[in-house]
Amino acid sequence: MEENKTTQPGLFEKGGKLGFLHSTVDAFDTFLRVPGTVTLKGSHVRDSIDLKRLLIIVVLAIVPAALFGMWNVGYQHSLATGVEMGWFQEFWFGFLKVLPLYLVSYIVGLGIEFAFAQARNEEVSEGYLVTGMLIPLIVPVDVPLWMLALAVAFAVVFGKEVFGGTGFNFLNPALLARAFLFFAYPIKMSGSEAWITLKSGETLVDGATGATPLSMMGEGFDALSNMGAQYSTSFWSLFAGTVPGSVGETSVIAILIGAVILIWTGVASWKIMVSSVAGALTVGWLANLCGATDIPAYYQLVMGGFAFGTVFMATDPVTAAQTECGKWIYGFLIGALCVIVRLFNPGYAEGMMLAILLMNCFAPLIDYCVTEVKTSRRAKKVKVA
Amino acid sequence: MSNNIVLKRGLDIPIEGMADQKISKTIAPDVITIKPADFHGFVPRLLVREGDKVLAGSPVLADKACPDILFTSPVSGTVSEIVRGAKRKLMEVRIKADASQEHVDFGVQEPGQMNAEEIKALLLKSGLWPSLIQRPYGILANPASQPKAIFVSAFNTAPLAADMEFVLADKVADIQTGIDALSKLASGGVHLSLNSKNSSNSPFAKLKNAILHTFSGKHPAGNVGIQISHISPIMKDETVWTVSLLNLAIIGKLFNTGKLDLKRKVAVTGPVAIKPAYVEALPGMSMHDISEFYDNSAKDVRFISGDVLTGTNVGADGSLGFFDNQITLIHEGTEREVLGWAKPFRFNQFSSTRSYFSWLCPKKKYKMDTNVHGGPRAFLMSDVYGKVLPMDIFPIYLVKACLAGNIDNMEKFGIYEVLPEDLALCEFVDPSKNDIQDIIAKGIDLMIKEMA
Repeated sequence: MEENKTTQPGLFEKGGKLGFLHSTVDAFDTFLRVPGTVTLKGSHVRDSIDLKRLLIIVVLAIVPAALFGMWNVGYQHSLATGVEMGWFQEFWFGFLKVLPLYLVSYIVGLGIEFAFAQARNEEVSEGYLVTGMLIPLIVPVDVPLWMLALAVAFAVVFGKEVFGGTGFNFLNPALLARAFLFFAYPIKMSGSEAWITLKSGETLVDGATGATPLSMMGEGFDALSNMGAQYSTSFWSLFAGTVPGSVGETSVIAILIGAVILIWTGVASWKIMVSSVAGALTVGWLANLCGATDIPAYYQLVMGGFAFGTVFMATDPVTAAQTECGKWIYGFLIGALCVIVRLFNPGYAEGMMLAILLMNCFAPLIDYCVTEVKTSRRAKKVKVA
Repeated sequence: MSNNIVLKRGLDIPIEGMADQKISKTIAPDVITIKPADFHGFVPRLLVREGDKVLAGSPVLADKACPDILFTSPVSGTVSEIVRGAKRKLMEVRIKADASQEHVDFGVQEPGQMNAEEIKALLLKSGLWPSLIQRPYGILANPASQPKAIFVSAFNTAPLAADMEFVLADKVADIQTGIDALSKLASGGVHLSLNSKNSSNSPFAKLKNAILHTFSGKHPAGNVGIQISHISPIMKDETVWTVSLLNLAIIGKLFNTGKLDLKRKVAVTGPVAIKPAYVEALPGMSMHDISEFYDNSAKDVRFISGDVLTGTNVGADGSLGFFDNQITLIHEGTEREVLGWAKPFRFNQFSSTRSYFSWLCPKKKYKMDTNVHGGPRAFLMSDVYGKVLPMDIFPIYLVKACLAGNIDNMEKFGIYEVLPEDLALCEFVDPSKNDIQDIIAKGIDLMIKEMA
């Protein structure tokens, strides 16, 4: 091998003049072109899948929910203010409302990711592409941008980077951002003011309410069905998503499209999704049985952030349980906890966020138990044989 | 015959360049290279000097820890060069073959008449002892120990691997002698695993004195480590030995003829191999001896002794490894594909996942190259690895335990049962592009050091 020792390092290479920007340049470079690196050890050929591809699939799966959410922002605005709008007008209204959320989410989040990668002299990991896509969809559309920026910064720094970056975090960073907003600025995150966007000077039409269907949880099925809002609270409306709520969480149809993409490509675990639904139905049904609520159990699946959380958040492979058996337990407990929080803690109407964050903390314990049981059972079996 | 064991998990990598079942060339030995690095756990002591004359079967190297373990010359000729690397580490011994070959005569032997000590002595003396591999850890077998059993896989599922039946069908008598000899060394006898696809027609199905098993499934069903974990998993303080079917035939031939004859049919394969076919050659033959199979004018060919998953990159001047009967030639993929990961379709790239659309053409073979297709990342996914590893262990937990150097967890998650080759497919499918085989190999080295 000849080596040309006289070559200077390139402008952006290590040792070059702008070498400190190495990670950033590398990130953009590999974004456009697959790196030309060849295998040095082990298997000489590798699958063409990489994390960029994997995560872009997740982003794609979220797109239907995002598009529907934009339209719904405009639709709810039109319903609540009585201003007639065409569907495209409604979408455009919502698009202009959600776009700044995305800009803030990506600029702040990716900025921090790049800075940390730079400081650690690593390649920039793609994890934030998904987190940044999720965060605007799980906040109320009217959240002030500075709050969002603060929440994103908190989530990325304390949810992820302090542990070593993507792959080392134990809490879902997107949910952490929402939890930060929820506990730091509760006024903006709950109640009936938060969910429908109004320009200054606009007022609600008579009888219109900004409350979400979820807030009627404690009041019972009759109150939910006849809450007298400007929008319908039928099962179909909740399923289609034409109700107020966080930007992307309302439409179960759009979320199901995403779920199909994720399950078909194998990127997300169908076991977690199925068991989470099972958990919610079980607790919902038990609650019906013992008279805790008269809202049918299957309503739990279409209300609030349950569907969105189950499909996009609970299945985050880093923070979920890692063992296949553990995934069943983890998903079931998320569904069950979500409904328990909804039913018995009306102060926090959205149980999904808390359920997932709590189970994120317990996922390693679940895995520990599963691996412990399995390895010790195997050792016994082998000894007998 | 015991029941067929069906392995559902695994992956056959659809790579182009399967060798035609014909011998296109017999390579007369010229310069033969002996590489101590072929043997894990072998610390070589040199027994020859440059210019020494050797016969086929004369000792060349001995193990420092156990001087009875010899490695002998595959050819008769003159030691032409001793290559040393950094810190004078012995890298290669090169032997220039004579025109006419002379063998050391070990005497025709009948294993049925011999006891275990005599069989061991002959294997040690002839230089065939290193063909026995001891698990856990995949190291040289310890002649002083008695293994639980000896395992042999009679088929190979690795990408483009040489077809064992084509390669060894005429050696059934030798294999039988080899089984007869080795079955005296282990209390549990010799276990032979056949492919269920043609287990009844296979020439190996009639072998006696061995416990036969059949396996069906994709790669790595042919890996002996996978088979052991389904027949009789290795637990702490147990040892088993494995030997390849090829080396079993060579051992049998030693008993039947009294001569060391390492000649084998070698499959020359790979996407850039021209008219891939078999050649007859000795281990240690140079890649220059098969120059008609490739065009390396652009210096973009990788020469792999072995298969694409577990083989060694030996380079254009390299040589065939002791255990290998396959050479794979692939393109060095240094080209940069524009927007590769973002393209909806990538027709010429294979992916085992449905993130691309290669699942639409399951029959297609791909011209794979050595490009990594991405940058290294932390482990993200949890379920992709288990899908290609038909073993009852938690692969990613084992890998993480090895990374952390946590001996207790490595034990718990099955370090005794695996060799890097068993997790090669995990490495292939890994979207985070970690070198999993290297991590396992380092974990095994740590175990050897800590448990010694």
